Amino acid sequence: MSPPVLEIRGVTKAFGERQVLRGIDLTVSEHEAVALIGASGSGKSTLLRCIDLLEEIDDGDVFLDGETITDPAVDPVAVRRRLGLVFQAYNLFPHLTALQNVVLGEMRAHGIGRGEAEERGRALLARFGLEGREHDRPDELSGGQQQRVAIARAFSGRPRALLLDEVTSALDPELVGDVLAAVRDLKVAGMTMVIATHEMSFAREVADEVAFLHDGRIVEQGPPRQVLEAPERPETKRFLARLLEAGRA
Amino acid sequence: MTETAVISDRRLERQAAKRRQARRGQAIAAVSTIVVLGGLATWILTSPGWPEVRETFFSWSVFKDSFPEVLSGFWLDVKIFVIVEIAVLVIGLVIALLRVSRGPALFPVRLLSVGFVDVFRGIPTILLVYLVGFGIPALQLTGLPTEPAVLGGIALTLSYSAYVAEVYRSGIRSIHKGQRDAALAIGLTDGQAMRHVILPQAVRRVAQPLLNDFVSLQKDVALISILGPQEAFRIAQIIQGENFNYTPLIAAALLYLAITVPLARVVDRMGGGGAVR
Repeated sequence: MSPPVLEIRGVTKAFGERQVLRGIDLTVSEHEAVALIGASGSGKSTLLRCIDLLEEIDDGDVFLDGETITDPAVDPVAVRRRLGLVFQAYNLFPHLTALQNVVLGEMRAHGIGRGEAEERGRALLARFGLEGREHDRPDELSGGQQQRVAIARAFSGRPRALLLDEVTSALDPELVGDVLAAVRDLKVAGMTMVIATHEMSFAREVADEVAFLHDGRIVEQGPPRQVLEAPERPETKRFLARLLEAGRA
Repeated sequence: MTETAVISDRRLERQAAKRRQARRGQAIAAVSTIVVLGGLATWILTSPGWPEVRETFFSWSVFKDSFPEVLSGFWLDVKIFVIVEIAVLVIGLVIALLRVSRGPALFPVRLLSVGFVDVFRGIPTILLVYLVGFGIPALQLTGLPTEPAVLGGIALTLSYSAYVAEVYRSGIRSIHKGQRDAALAIGLTDGQAMRHVILPQAVRRVAQPLLNDFVSLQKDVALISILGPQEAFRIAQIIQGENFNYTPLIAAALLYLAITVPLARVVDRMGGGGAVR
């Protein structure tokens, strides 16, 4: 049997005195979508950034297709070319058009020629409902459109797994739907994903597995129906109850 | 459509009021300009020394005679300015990039770039012109330039590269960290992230302060006159010494203004900030 796409074992991370991750174990198989839920500051973003090697972990290991990527000897650039990360605040390149944002990585990191990269980029933008916006700059697009460009950008390098960091948190409520539709589309296409999210209904719908992060640990994990509807741990119950009050569940 | 008619009346009223305000503003501006400038002119023109100043600084005949010579010297200023400016833009960028470079192997160049900026920004430009202009020829090394105009240009390049490096660096540092994260996340190397993502944004952001340094450099070219090259200020000084009349200096000043004022207007035009594309 082939190894899981992502395997995280005993990962810890501290920023100075603040221990953010206290030993994370998580396995993501091919075509699987795992939703990371938990309060702000529970370590969801940090975990995703550690997987993409934007932060260096203190202890433990992360394996991508069975191969350790958190060894200091591993070239982080080569690893990042096999992963895609979508940021909460989009982080589009403001001096480039939507299409240029999408093709930059293909051309510079993957060595694909401009013609082919642009053809693929146009197709990707069209796939996420951005036909005709190819030559708009980020500041000419709505937040929802920007985030879909960012998803197209992360997806353009044909990653083995996509890491989505609260991709709808910065959006006005009426713009959330289109972004979630893009993620749903990727899930249907079989993309392996780790999705940090506050959208419980979305986690329920798209995720095969939900992991609840609390204080740097995964305290509960299982299929969405189990974790979201019949949580066992008191921390999970409290978290879901608070979300329900806020009308987000 | 009846609604529009109701709004229209009110709108006309508002527009008329606006026009009245604008007219009053223009009138006030005109009167205050006449009062201030007229007062200033009267004050100077009625001063006891004015007839003499007019003859020694603003003599039309001296101006006419000296202008062609000063102008011919001014071309040297322009030439030095253009060459030094290009060198400064390149060297300043290199130093800024070295200074923000990462990795332990580059520690010595980081240190050197910090030293370069500290030293050449810290020494008065005129002193640097002296040191380079008289110091390098004194070494009597073969292969080093001895031409005063070249040495002066080198001194200006050192001084302004240090300033411009800091301008670039401030631009680079002003780019949000998320931009680098995103560049790395799509698989770019650190160098590619700098070249394709951070630097293009940083340069746009500092275009105005860079142009500001252009203006400053253009007039500091006159400093190399102390080494002897026959540039505008130097020639004006020589003519002034010959006939005890300062008008040639006014001619030189006008020539510098002919470059710096248009440049300054370009700087103003860019005042919108990050809107440059």
